[in-house]
Amino acid sequence: MKLEDFRGKQAESAASEQELHEALKREFQVIGQRLRRTDGIAMSTGAAVYTDDIALPGMLHAKILRSPHPHARILSIDVSTALALEGVHAVVTGSDMPHPYGIIPWARDEYPLCFDKVRHVGDGVAAVAAVDENTANEALELIEVEYEVLPYYLDPEKALADKETPIHDPKKPGQNGNVSKNVHLEFGYVDAMMMQADVVVEGEYYFEGTTHTAIEPHCAIGYFAPSGKLTVWSATQVPHYLHRELARVLDLDVATVRVIQPPVGGAFGGKSEPFDLEFCVAKLAMITGRPVKILYTREEVFYAHRGRHPMLMRYTTGASRDGIIKSVDAQTILDGGAYESFGLVTTYYSGQLITAPYKMESYRFDSTRVYTNKPCCGPKRGHGSVQPRFAIEVQLDKVADRLDLDPIELRRRNLLDSDSRTVNEFRVTSNGFEQCLDAVEEASDWAAKYRNLPYGRGVGVAGSCYISGTNYPIYPNAMPQSAVQLQVDRSGRVAVFAGASEIGQGSDSMLAYIVSEELGVPLDYVRILSADTDLTPVDLGAYSSRVTFMCGNACIDAAQKIKQQVQQAVAEEWLCRPKHVKLVGGWAFNALDTENKMPISEAFNQAEAKYGALGATGSYNTPKDIHGSYRGGTIGSSPAYSFTAHVAEVEVDPETGFVEVQKIWIAHDCGRALNPVLVEGQMEGSAYMGFAEAIMEEHIFKESGLHNAPSLLDYKIPTSLDTPEMQSLIIESVDPEGPYGAKEAGEGPLHPSIPAIANAIYDAVGVRIDRLPFSPPRVWRALEQRGEGERAGEIPPWKNERG
Amino acid sequence: MAVDRQQLEQRLIEAIQLTVNGDKREFGVPSHFTLLEALRYVLGLTGSKQGCDKGDCGACTVLLDGVPTLSCILPVQEALGHEVTTIEGLAEGDGPHPLQEAFDITGGAQCGFCTPGILMSAVALLSQSENPTRVDIAEALSGNLCRCTGYTKIYEAIELAAAAVREGDTAEDEDGS
Repeated sequence: MKLEDFRGKQAESAASEQELHEALKREFQVIGQRLRRTDGIAMSTGAAVYTDDIALPGMLHAKILRSPHPHARILSIDVSTALALEGVHAVVTGSDMPHPYGIIPWARDEYPLCFDKVRHVGDGVAAVAAVDENTANEALELIEVEYEVLPYYLDPEKALADKETPIHDPKKPGQNGNVSKNVHLEFGYVDAMMMQADVVVEGEYYFEGTTHTAIEPHCAIGYFAPSGKLTVWSATQVPHYLHRELARVLDLDVATVRVIQPPVGGAFGGKSEPFDLEFCVAKLAMITGRPVKILYTREEVFYAHRGRHPMLMRYTTGASRDGIIKSVDAQTILDGGAYESFGLVTTYYSGQLITAPYKMESYRFDSTRVYTNKPCCGPKRGHGSVQPRFAIEVQLDKVADRLDLDPIELRRRNLLDSDSRTVNEFRVTSNGFEQCLDAVEEASDWAAKYRNLPYGRGVGVAGSCYISGTNYPIYPNAMPQSAVQLQVDRSGRVAVFAGASEIGQGSDSMLAYIVSEELGVPLDYVRILSADTDLTPVDLGAYSSRVTFMCGNACIDAAQKIKQQVQQAVAEEWLCRPKHVKLVGGWAFNALDTENKMPISEAFNQAEAKYGALGATGSYNTPKDIHGSYRGGTIGSSPAYSFTAHVAEVEVDPETGFVEVQKIWIAHDCGRALNPVLVEGQMEGSAYMGFAEAIMEEHIFKESGLHNAPSLLDYKIPTSLDTPEMQSLIIESVDPEGPYGAKEAGEGPLHPSIPAIANAIYDAVGVRIDRLPFSPPRVWRALEQRGEGERAGEIPPWKNERG
Repeated sequence: MAVDRQQLEQRLIEAIQLTVNGDKREFGVPSHFTLLEALRYVLGLTGSKQGCDKGDCGACTVLLDGVPTLSCILPVQEALGHEVTTIEGLAEGDGPHPLQEAFDITGGAQCGFCTPGILMSAVALLSQSENPTRVDIAEALSGNLCRCTGYTKIYEAIELAAAAVREGDTAEDEDGS
């Protein structure tokens, strides 16, 4: 078929005359539409190729020998028998990779394989590459490791009090080696304001650890070509950081390392730093010259962890009699597990991120992250701020209860304005929190239900805010946080090269929507090639809810450069102004005369004839120096904040303490929904995950340091039968700096689930459950305790229904 | 020791005949292989996923004579004589299956890793019930863990597909076919 015939075909499928007229009246053509994803059919037909679906010729399989002890010194390792086993090609131990790594450049405290000490059950000690997994497993049993078992710490308060056998060497002489980080910040005069408060509420909260539980286990493949080039395929959400760390730890020129991130089967923060398997497949590939794969077992995934920190939080909140928050004091101990990970950031986040959406006249936090001999905690969806959000939102419910105020009204009285500063000096621009409150209040029929439902049933409300990425990258540098390269083909196809990591959230699709919007090409003309460090410009990764905001802006930047060239070239042909050349629905057309049009591919050809090959790069960097000047003021500083409100409705069985969450109404200010289907998916998935932490999940350890339940049978996550009904209510505040006004939607909507459910339990049966999860024994005991008080006449029956 | 092991392995290789997605296939596998291992490692059908390898997550669900079955805990010999259908065999003719189409429309797949297993459970449900309720759907999917969606968009997809199938059937009836 000749090019002209293709054009005829393109014209047939392009927008009609009528549609072009309609298009002129709309602000956006693609943005805001309920669209399909670019990868949806590949996923639903089994065609999507995840890391473990890749099999390379001659590929070896490797397994990692893991410590059975929570804390021990490694005295010797003998791998000779393992190496002699037929089918074994290589064995590596800690001394083969002696450089430490860590996601935070000034806190590198992990080794690809331990060589001096093991610090938790499951710490990697040696790795074997063999012809198949069974042989590798057999070889693991032949490795002899001599350990000197050390005293170990599972309880962070004990690790703080006793520093006899520190898990790490003290950072400075005389310090406790079990302290990972301490942050103490005060804004305003907390003690003085607390004295002036009419109501002071104190509470102690405990947030149990939880883990990500992506359905895809971690997997990586390494291949070292004879040319000296290392390629690593990995189910990671941070290919750029992995790229850097692989080169540094393995002593390779970063230019000779390539990281490819295939589609990832869920991550939620659990794949946001390098892991032992990536270094091991790379090193074993370098030794053997063969491709090497490691697929974690589900048990290994539980031990790799990096999930939600358990936090013990002591909060004191002072308010005036009309419900104005005067003072908040937060004392937090974070159980960090064995290593640093993002711990420095987590420690700051545990205090920094609760200062919106409410004004606080004064605020102080003291957060201490403590090492324990358990798998390392890290970032899980809503990094570091889901736990304190639980505490502060229940505190506010208690304040409202003391003042006999509706808790939604209490929140309205403390609203932080748009274009304002938080008490810790974060710049807040767009803010749709009030609309979020309005939306959940109306949709849930709050006024009719709050304190009015019969005993056993109740509703609770909570709010939250979250960052849309961080203004400062993990390693200091002045370069853009995200970049996109576009390449236009003569057929009309546009290829997008982006470092952004598609982990299921839809980032590839988001880029396609933007290109389609800007260049007028149909969605299926856009090809996304993402997260391959040889081919794509840098994006820092899918974490901290940064991708839509940052990579989206970079993509707009690139697309608009091409758009201008196309408009200019076509305008010269039509003798009109470039701004009147519209690129919509497969056409370039004249806005003043819609019959004057050409297929978009012809417009691209005109531009190519005038300018040469059509392509552009675009980038985005965050605003700097908009944060407070105090030490740590950069951490939590974001170009935009999203806002969320939930109402949860529960039914509590007073006989068993079983809490059934019946429905969660989720209102989320995402700035602008680029595709509402995907935004709702993030809102529902977030609320589900918060619900799961509230009711079921416990990432806990036995006295021996063994994981209590390292399987998907025993670590309870909700099935379809457990999950409540959810209703998504999208609020669009249109952010001044977001792509088309968009902000994040992937993490913020998790936060209010847990306190909203806690507050609903109180409304239902009059008991406060300040410790997660809200399991039947815990709720039942609280009900028994309240019942005793009621029977003794100390407190009135709740809702006059019991006693 | 190595010699014993080699002899052991040779004894345990078995020739298998299996009907997968309508194709009769013959291959040799170590006899400890599960159906999932045979599908993924021998036949290259990687659409069925391994999420836990213990029968807990449902990502490996395939149909055995139309019945949802956890292929990661089914010894491959147990599949002999049965029709195995995997996600790769779901679409017929020139387009995706109505369920695949519906998942794409409603956003039923986010990371997509549980999706093949969920679709197989959903196919079995729709073969039993042309107009399932939300409760029916939740029960049918209760052995398939999804960590991304909160299930809502999956319910919407299955309802949409059920409606499309019903309308398709009605249209066929009206055609007299």
